[in-house]
Amino acid sequence: MFRESARALCKRKRKRNEFKSGSVDMASVDKGKATKEQKYDRQLRLWGDHGQDALENAHVCLINASATGTEILKNLVLPGIGAFTIVDENKVRGEDVGNNFFLTKSSIGRNRAQAATELLQELNSDVSGNFVEESPDQLLDNDPDFFHRFSLVIAVHLPESTLLRLAAFVWGAGVPLLVCRTYGLIGYMRLVVKEHTVVESHPDNALEDLRLDHPFPELKKHIQSYDLENMEKRDHSHTPWIIVMAKYLEKWRSEHNKQMPKSYKEKEAFRELIRQGIRKNENGVPEDEENFDEAIKNVNTALNPTKISSGVEELLQDENSKNIKAQTSSFWLLVRALKEFVEKEGQGSLPVRGTIPDMIADSDKFIKLQNVYREKAKEDATAVSNHISALLQSVGRLPESVSEQEIRLFCKSSAFLRVVRCRSLAEEYSTETINKDEISSCMDNPDSEMVLYLMLRAVDKFYQQHGRYPGVYNYQVEEDIGKLKSCVNSFLQENGLAVNVKHDYIHEFCRYGAVEPHPVASFVGGSAAQEAIKIITHQFVPFNNTFIYNAMAQTSATFQL
Amino acid sequence: MADVEEPEKKRRRVEELPEKMAVDSGCRDTGDWEGRWNHVKKFLERAGPFTHPDFEPSTESLQFLLDTCKVLVIGAGGLGCELLKNLALSGFRQIHVIDMDTIDVSNLNRQFLFRPKDVGRPKADVAAEFVNNRIPGCNVVPHFKKIQDFDESFYRQFHIIVCGLDSIIARRWINGMLMSLLSYEDGVLDPSSIIPLLDGGTEGFKGNARVILPGMTACIDCTLELYPPQINFPMCTIASMPRLPEHCIEYVRILQWPKENPFGEGVVLDGDDPEHIQWVFQKSLERAAEFKITGVTYRLTQGVVKRIIPAVASTNAVIAATCATEVFKIASSAYIPLNNYLVFNDVDGLYTYTFEAERKENCSACSQVPQKLQFSSSAKLQEVLDYLTENASLQMKTPAITATVDGKNKTLYLQTVASIEERTRPNLSRTLKELGLAEGQELAVADVTTPQTVLFKLNFTS
Repeated sequence: MFRESARALCKRKRKRNEFKSGSVDMASVDKGKATKEQKYDRQLRLWGDHGQDALENAHVCLINASATGTEILKNLVLPGIGAFTIVDENKVRGEDVGNNFFLTKSSIGRNRAQAATELLQELNSDVSGNFVEESPDQLLDNDPDFFHRFSLVIAVHLPESTLLRLAAFVWGAGVPLLVCRTYGLIGYMRLVVKEHTVVESHPDNALEDLRLDHPFPELKKHIQSYDLENMEKRDHSHTPWIIVMAKYLEKWRSEHNKQMPKSYKEKEAFRELIRQGIRKNENGVPEDEENFDEAIKNVNTALNPTKISSGVEELLQDENSKNIKAQTSSFWLLVRALKEFVEKEGQGSLPVRGTIPDMIADSDKFIKLQNVYREKAKEDATAVSNHISALLQSVGRLPESVSEQEIRLFCKSSAFLRVVRCRSLAEEYSTETINKDEISSCMDNPDSEMVLYLMLRAVDKFYQQHGRYPGVYNYQVEEDIGKLKSCVNSFLQENGLAVNVKHDYIHEFCRYGAVEPHPVASFVGGSAAQEAIKIITHQFVPFNNTFIYNAMAQTSATFQL
Repeated sequence: MADVEEPEKKRRRVEELPEKMAVDSGCRDTGDWEGRWNHVKKFLERAGPFTHPDFEPSTESLQFLLDTCKVLVIGAGGLGCELLKNLALSGFRQIHVIDMDTIDVSNLNRQFLFRPKDVGRPKADVAAEFVNNRIPGCNVVPHFKKIQDFDESFYRQFHIIVCGLDSIIARRWINGMLMSLLSYEDGVLDPSSIIPLLDGGTEGFKGNARVILPGMTACIDCTLELYPPQINFPMCTIASMPRLPEHCIEYVRILQWPKENPFGEGVVLDGDDPEHIQWVFQKSLERAAEFKITGVTYRLTQGVVKRIIPAVASTNAVIAATCATEVFKIASSAYIPLNNYLVFNDVDGLYTYTFEAERKENCSACSQVPQKLQFSSSAKLQEVLDYLTENASLQMKTPAITATVDGKNKTLYLQTVASIEERTRPNLSRTLKELGLAEGQELAVADVTTPQTVLFKLNFTS
């Protein structure tokens, strides 16, 4: 949504960088597409074509083209972000060129936004680069809506007052904000987003959804179709371990009052039960039946009760899924539909995921078993779909407004849904709502990364008081240590924090002289870019909400402040 | 310990250098401008509470970085491009880079020193050109070669070596090379013979960075078990019981292609040839249809054939940055280096874990402990070969075994040269006794995983 005044102002001040080479006829458009598929192949395997589409439709704003800023943008331009706009009123200085790959000696004296845009644009002709030679304060004064058009605003090295102003505007507009800085050997990121939903979290070690504790009717029927005792040897050795385990589980439960093996002892006994089922040759020696070995190995995990995780349960009970309105997002509509499914068709469980791991089995048996799970998943997704249609109708929306594809993906990922909600910067910075508990408990260890957060807050206070950062010039270092110490103390006092900040850190932060060594800026650049991609694609899970990197010790930590 | 030795070595190196360095790094116009190195100088010229115990602030350290310190970057790919940028912007100018590959379109999403017009050109050359152009005064020297094309005299000239490799074999090779440069006097390691090795690796959203001080800290081979084994499907699955689309693709690659030779007799499957992949894709679809398997796509086909590992710019940036910071710490002695292994994962939030990988007492690469082989004298040579390749600590690829028998050097088995493989193959089914080997005999084993022959002592169990 573009407001006329905003567009007019930007047209006056903003110069579009027309680096894109035109491709006109369809043949070259197709060729262009094919090359994009080749170029982005390695990342498409991570976030898929739909993730890439989201990226290519995004427009990111960077405030301040310092080394940290340009490194972040580099890692967004390379994977093909749709567009970026740099806001920076500063002129390039000699020391800027020294640590920034996207500024050259010839850019000294020129506007930094413009100079950096040129060399960043040059990285990838698919991307559209823009710059605004104004300070964020000016924009906030004259045209605060300027920031509303962006998918994400990345603020680098802003003084506290400007940052809080900006944060308040974008928080109100619902635009995600990522605050980043490099201060000496310390990297810092703060994510500020009211609510960020994730369907595709891509968990690293997800447990399979096999339903062995409560086999659905079709699965039960399929298991029954096997007669392990009377099978041919070859079939016996190539029966999927899921079937093997299900059969022995039936046996166990009939002998144990319908209970599942739970304790370590019981599981051991259950494994032995399965082991006894391995066919023996004429001499009584057990044959080599890998499928039975697999069944035994999987006893630990496959018998876990089918349960909805507490995280997902919380989502089902969330306010947003209870109060459905016409403007409710697809995500919460789907959660509500999911809840209704769980209560009705699911009988307390989520939709069947529909996938099974590979296992030793002949093709036919495996495919048939896989299809039993797949069919059930489809059936469950249809049930969810019916709930969605009814919900959409009830708020006067078209049933097609949530696609079948979306519903299927949602059902498949239902066990891994995540919602990230960050506290606002205002809450973090207010003396009334500052997260005292988190800070104090972390500072039980005075060398926790939390002390680095406190130091960053202190140097910002120093800047507020003295109009500069501590220790920039050699002659200042000695005296600034004392001044910075006062800032630390008053910060702690104002916020009621009874913690001890070691003198060494105060000295170190004066030593830094607010420099931005390139390798540390590059670390932040990589970290921040990936978090930005998470926000834009809604895949993988962003951090919540403060990340500190210590390049001295090569450690990092995440705090919720 | 390592930390105390480091600055000693650095000082000695600075003094030794005029003799060692035959390179003219002298009077060029470095094009420096005011403030250029402000972001670096603070760490070299100011004292601080967390610096290395032997660190001394000095205005000359910057000159050492600019003019004298020689760094070798191995690999000019995802990590290599980032490393070159990071080092150049930290004051390092005497940089060499080795890479045997040429640029491919699929590199362009992260290897930012390359452009579409560079496709087909050697990575090392283009990378060096770009950096030298963008960073005035930087002198990156490219080598479009394999690391194995160089010997000790080449590697010896560097103060620090940083790897951004995509192969465990290559890592083990350079690891072994640096071990071979170590000199011991009366059993004591001479610290000036140590060349620190920094190694980075990435895969999707995961990465790791480590600092190796050869002879002092854990080396690549000490922690071989940390590397996950490569997935290879069992042949019976591929040949007669496919279940996944991947099995269908492997069937076509391993069995159908050599049988049908679709592009001519002896024409090997080239994963980079779209026509080849298209053929494999079509045949895989047919195979899959036979078994009612769904999911074969062109992308999957290419991924399986080329063993593609997903990659993005962000992870490479993080890991290369970590390595470059360590290079700076070591070169300047400004801080105690990472000790010694960092893992990174940003799938869910951001996670790092730092720990000290331990040396293995009998590591075949870096311990001075003689390697033993224990077999019955009636064991077949094949068993020895299997041990060398399957043992978790050795994991050799194509070991060649030689021994001195009856005063003559005899190749027992070698598989990398077809004619010799054919000639020595019968030895595999002969017993050690039949081959004339004696108790306490030394066997020399050569392999791609190490530049030096590994000596094993043979002990008969019966």
